[in-house]
Amino acid sequence: MLSIQNLHAGIEEKKILKGINLEIKAGEVHAIMGPNGSGKSTLASVLAGRKEYEVLEGSVTLDGKNLLELSPEERAGEGLFLAFQYPIEIPGLTTTNFIKTAVNEVRKYRGEEPLDAVAFLKMMKEKMALMEIDQRLLSRSLNEGFSGGEKKRNEIFQMAMLQPKLAILDETDSGLDIDAIRIVANGVNKLRNKDNAVLVVTHYQRLLDYIVPDFVHVLYNGRIVKSGPKELALELEERGYDFIKNELKEAV
Amino acid sequence: MNEMSAIEKTVLNDYKYGFVTNIEADEAPKGLTEDIVRFISSKKNEPEWMLEWRLKAYRHWLKMEEPKWANIKYPPINYQDIIYYSAPKQKIKPKSLDEIDPELRRTFEKLGISLDEQKRLTGVAVDAVIDSVSIGTTFKEQLAELGIIFCSMSEAIQEHPELIKKFLGTVVPITDNYFSALNAAVFSDGSFCYIPKGVRCPMELSTYFRINAENTGQFERTLIVAEEGSYVSYLEGCTAPMRDKNQLHAAVVELIAAENAEIKYSTVQNWYPGDKDGKGGIYNFVTKRGICQGNNSKISWTQVETGSAVTWKYPSVILKGDNSTGEFYSIAVTNHHQQADTGTKMMHIGKNTKSRIVSKGISAGVSNNSYRGLVHVNKKAENARNFSQCDSLLLGDKCGAHTFPYIEVKNNSAIVEHEATTSKIGEDQIFYCNQRGIDTETAVALIINGFAREVMNQLPMEFAVEAQKLLAVSLEGSVG
Ligand SMILES: Nc1ncnc2c1ncn2[C@@H]1O[C@H](COP(=O)(O)OP(=O)(O)O)[C@@H](O)[C@H]1O
Ligand SMILES: [Mg+2]
Repeated sequence: MLSIQNLHAGIEEKKILKGINLEIKAGEVHAIMGPNGSGKSTLASVLAGRKEYEVLEGSVTLDGKNLLELSPEERAGEGLFLAFQYPIEIPGLTTTNFIKTAVNEVRKYRGEEPLDAVAFLKMMKEKMALMEIDQRLLSRSLNEGFSGGEKKRNEIFQMAMLQPKLAILDETDSGLDIDAIRIVANGVNKLRNKDNAVLVVTHYQRLLDYIVPDFVHVLYNGRIVKSGPKELALELEERGYDFIKNELKEAV
Repeated sequence: MNEMSAIEKTVLNDYKYGFVTNIEADEAPKGLTEDIVRFISSKKNEPEWMLEWRLKAYRHWLKMEEPKWANIKYPPINYQDIIYYSAPKQKIKPKSLDEIDPELRRTFEKLGISLDEQKRLTGVAVDAVIDSVSIGTTFKEQLAELGIIFCSMSEAIQEHPELIKKFLGTVVPITDNYFSALNAAVFSDGSFCYIPKGVRCPMELSTYFRINAENTGQFERTLIVAEEGSYVSYLEGCTAPMRDKNQLHAAVVELIAAENAEIKYSTVQNWYPGDKDGKGGIYNFVTKRGICQGNNSKISWTQVETGSAVTWKYPSVILKGDNSTGEFYSIAVTNHHQQADTGTKMMHIGKNTKSRIVSKGISAGVSNNSYRGLVHVNKKAENARNFSQCDSLLLGDKCGAHTFPYIEVKNNSAIVEHEATTSKIGEDQIFYCNQRGIDTETAVALIINGFAREVMNQLPMEFAVEAQKLLAVSLEGSVG
């Protein structure tokens, strides 16, 4: 589904990603782990099409489509979703109104009719029950005054509403207590099926107890330096990122 | 490369109301003299007292100077180069709405305003004013059954002279300021609205102003009187053709609310703002003031200002009655070279008077947007309360937002609160929307409507939708 080849990217002269290769198939969950500053958020941003980041080399395709020549909104239309590490506030814009606009814009991109108020409401109700989210939250201004946990749940709720092919979760666990992590992970698991895929970006292993990955990749200094099964996450947790660094030194 | 430089990119937006109607006009010669004032008065067949009132205003105006304190710049206005009276020539004076010149009727149809009563489903009574003259008022009979008078000012002077003599110029005296004196001398029409004691006006009353003729000033005069315990909601809309010369608009609006009465006055101001290089557009110098004359009365101003090259406007409330309330809700949008200096004055005189000010300024392009507000609490105004919130939103970094709050408190029991914020549309906000499939243009509209929501909520439903679209159109191309 997603194919990243030799991806190099940076910002303002600074090279951050230095040759990423990654293949994700439908139905799979991949985790990207790595110490702070290794380039995890940069990878997520580049995939989503943030303009500040410049792609220097390489290719990214989603179901054969060249993502790099699409605008961020077109990528969303193609089924890419990014749950932000720091969700953005928009005062005065209700969360419901925002989501309704998003859903209908994506439908428009796909040549589908917009959902009318009744159909939209029905879908909201369904997903609200699935995600265990409070209606009151959705009638408030987008992310304004939301707690950390509420913001992350709102991200996953939007994911449920948009039903993406590929969801990228950027540190969705950061700042959450264990109960909140469980709720968020539960939501993600309910949305998994054989046709979609999830890329979980995280610093810690604990989220992976709940969203169990098929593959774990270690990102270090802009490169994927190690890939393995889910046990790799546990090993990292136990031995810390230093062991990767040491392994790398030895290899040199 | 990055989003902010894209925000600076401005293109000419479509001003879809910029057409000209070809109708013959009956015009005064250019310039302003005592003879012109007499000419206008005689054209309108006015009684002697009205002419005297105008002449007094004219003579006073001659002694005054144009105000210079507002944060706006424009080349000197040549008052002798303006036509002060222009009326669409109608073959017969329409006695009923059916007799209105089809060309004029079409003009208003194009603006989305039907003068056919049957066609108006929304239950809004309209007085349509083109250039300086009211061409027709809808739903008159239905309103008359309740004792409500809703007609053009010229008609009111003929038909209800006792009311006009009693109220005209009592809130904005002819000597008040330069533009109001000018208006008093040369005003040619406007709307008059009288709600008798205890009557709740069952529909929105609305006046639609249109400038058509070239080099013409529009000076309309509106007077609304709400007697004891009555209620009225009034809406004013306006457009003008695209011309590359500036045109002057100097209106006066007076509101009078008796005991327990409430007046809600909403404006969607969409005069031609000039092109993207700042050529043409309307100079909008307006004096709007209401008085809460009786106890427990309430006056609420709501304005959505998107048009005009230059705006100078401070809808105010004199809170004379005890427990009276004044409100001012404003959205002012400036783009390209537009300049707006707008705000309000709340004059607390009675006891336990309350005022609330919510001002939302949105600036784009190289425009300048200033809020200027005065909260005055009199010595005898026990327990006065004011809350002011002034928020500015900047699109790009070549535009300006300024806030000038003046507070004069002469009574220690007053509580006056002022909050102000300035923000920019962030690139992360736009990216967040983009990532959800929303393009930049739509994202900006969402962010702006969110910013303006508190004020939008004050508008009557039918107009809120219209106003939201207008906001989006005025800022079209200023981002992305
Ligand atoms: N907008 C930016 N401007 C400059 N440097 C940046 C920017 N974004 C990220 N970086 C740098 O790129 C590196 C990778 O950052 P990031 O992708 O956020 O890492 P991670 O998410 O793994 O913690 C860091 O050194 C960071 O300082
Ligand atoms: Mg990060």
